Amino acid sequence: MLRKKECVAMLLAGGQGSRLYALTNNIAKPAVAFGAKYRIIDFPLSNCINSGIDTVGVLTQYEPLELNEYIGNGQPWDLDRAFGGVHILSPYQAKKKQSWFEGTANAVFQNMHFMKKYDPDYVLILSGDHIYKMDYAAMLRAHKATGADCTIAAIEVPMKEASRFGILNTNEDGSIYQFEEKPKQPKSNLASMGIYIFTAKKLFKYLEMDDADPASSKDFGKDVLPAMLRAGEKMYSYRFRGYWKDVGTISSLWESNMDLLGKDPAFDVGDSGWKIHSRNPLAPPEYIGEAAKVENSMIALGCEIEGTVQNSVLASNVVVEAGATVRDAVIMAGTVVKAGATVEYSIVDENVVIDCGATVGDPKSAGAGIAVLGRNITIAQGAKVKGGTVLDKDYKGE
Amino acid sequence: MAHSTVGVIFSNIHDENIPELSRHRTMASVPFGGRYRLIDFALSNMVNSSITTVGIVTKNNYQSLIDHLGSGKEWDLARKDGGIILLPPYSDETDKPYTTRLEALMSITGFLTHRKEDYVVISDCDGISHMNFGEIVRFHEEKGADITMVYHEETEPCESNYFIALDPDAKTGRVKGIKISPRDLVPGKKYALYVNVMVMSREFLVNTIQDAVTRGFSSFGRDILAKNVDTLKIYGYGFQGYYAGVNSMQNYYTHSMELLRRDVRDELFGGRDIYTKVRDSAPSKYLEGAVVRDSLISDGCVIEGTVENCILFRGVKVGKGSVIKNSIIMQDSVIGENVSLDCVVTDKNVVIRDRRTLSGCAELPYFISKGRML
Repeated sequence: MLRKKECVAMLLAGGQGSRLYALTNNIAKPAVAFGAKYRIIDFPLSNCINSGIDTVGVLTQYEPLELNEYIGNGQPWDLDRAFGGVHILSPYQAKKKQSWFEGTANAVFQNMHFMKKYDPDYVLILSGDHIYKMDYAAMLRAHKATGADCTIAAIEVPMKEASRFGILNTNEDGSIYQFEEKPKQPKSNLASMGIYIFTAKKLFKYLEMDDADPASSKDFGKDVLPAMLRAGEKMYSYRFRGYWKDVGTISSLWESNMDLLGKDPAFDVGDSGWKIHSRNPLAPPEYIGEAAKVENSMIALGCEIEGTVQNSVLASNVVVEAGATVRDAVIMAGTVVKAGATVEYSIVDENVVIDCGATVGDPKSAGAGIAVLGRNITIAQGAKVKGGTVLDKDYKGE
Repeated sequence: MAHSTVGVIFSNIHDENIPELSRHRTMASVPFGGRYRLIDFALSNMVNSSITTVGIVTKNNYQSLIDHLGSGKEWDLARKDGGIILLPPYSDETDKPYTTRLEALMSITGFLTHRKEDYVVISDCDGISHMNFGEIVRFHEEKGADITMVYHEETEPCESNYFIALDPDAKTGRVKGIKISPRDLVPGKKYALYVNVMVMSREFLVNTIQDAVTRGFSSFGRDILAKNVDTLKIYGYGFQGYYAGVNSMQNYYTHSMELLRRDVRDELFGGRDIYTKVRDSAPSKYLEGAVVRDSLISDGCVIEGTVENCILFRGVKVGKGSVIKNSIIMQDSVIGENVSLDCVVTDKNVVIRDRRTLSGCAELPYFISKGRML
């Protein structure tokens, strides 16, 4: 029997995430921590397994070490399979040429042999920088029903933000007649989510054509999709109506973390019908101390809280000592906020030490912006980090 | 050294001590400490002591244990050679399933014979501790012992009907006397109480079991240990750290509450990992108006009420206006609104409806069994 997979997913995880500044100094954007115990890539990977897609190629390029280690053999997502499963696909040397992935389309093109091994009927292209829960199987059903060559997942965005996205101009039946990458005067507010399903044969054909075209920038949005549209291929939009957030900027990453809080959160990670799988921290339950005050927050295992935590998301093994205050903040694993220190409106990366009496950030109401602390740095006793400041590993104290 | 040690864990041996919690499960799978089962401590101690083959002796009600252990991968014990090996009871027309520890050991002679490790660490799973089995095996080797029994000095004899008090020589550690469930203990005096962890060479154990079979012995404590205290080289290893033996509902409650002490948590969890089954629960959520003090909270909880001096297992919900004090709430239990609980222990999946008030006392916590709705 010839073994095959109906649909193979290719997850673009090579992005540098330069707009996340200090948070992506040494790690790829999809490996950035999110929601107290997750990393961004947990969402597309969980969506895959929850949608019955068990073959995923993860295309890495920028700082892949931590991402590779995190994905490992894929077991936390049930993606350790004898045939299929999750595979890290890095740029490689070949007999004829050697090159880095040049664009999103080129990255997939260079891994054609990976896809072809599974003889897929369809290929799902995903990106590793969005927070959302989506049933790709439903999208695949729509792709089959319309008989499309390419289906693009799309979501309505506020009109004033539409020019930041790839905009789809569609007919009533959802078919696409125009594709505009970041238009200055958008005709519609239907934005591409960067999630595509291709009929495999068409994808392979257009990737080969794109590769042969020296004028192409080898990008799906800029080159491959417009070329298919020009050639008259059947392209449909697939409307997605749930929560979807591009967490490519400090403010959107902060907002998306805050969207998890509250009784009826904008985005619910506790939904047992659509579990978000992740590599779990090995830590005892969190301890909330005698004098602690914890409100409207999400706290992960292993935390020790003796101070005040409000409107914040704390990842595993964070310590908030007595008299310390954490408000409107996202704190990543292993960070220590010592006695009397204050953290307001900030994103603090892993293993940071904020020493006694130090202040990080300004209250959100002050309007100074989000303070960002990169990994492994120490804020000295009594020091003050102003709102909106970004400090990374080169910071040596004041 | 430790790589040549095989572990054996008895999962059922003390079931009768906490019938409330072990009616539907083995002692090994009794929930403890918010996200663990009792066996996680013995098993993690073995893994952290580089023991990579562990035979788990079961007898009955072991479905929950199998579910918990799975392939053993969470303990890094899904191995080609060794790993977790479940040893279910064996019976046929002539042989009934075991009733004593010695009979249980007899039933696993096949497993023991076929292993290649030099030493065997045998542990029950009623003990919560951070124990380095590598050190105990070294002690055993240095002493040239036949049997090393681990003890913990305690003033209070445990409530269990069956316990073993050792009389180790203060200098050499050689055990001079073994008393089984002595009734003449002086209150306030410290006794070297055996904590159900034992080391032997595999060869010695196999020979001892075979000898016991031919002589028709039935009790390991009486027929092998107590009777041969003069002829066998039995040594006592005094465990100095925190040790909590769980053998009644009352001390289950007391020892659980001890986890709220920093020193106890530091010793049990500090600097090493206690492995357990993962559930991919979301991190816990504390809502507007929540008041949580002096409590251990596991993942997947959603808290809107007041929680003081409590241990909440995974996926517990505490509704608005509810006040939960001094209580242990197990996995996926749901506490409605305006409920008041004090000194209550709920098993898994208990539902407490709005406006109920329940209380026990520290000596006699109010227990609510699995899946009940009040």
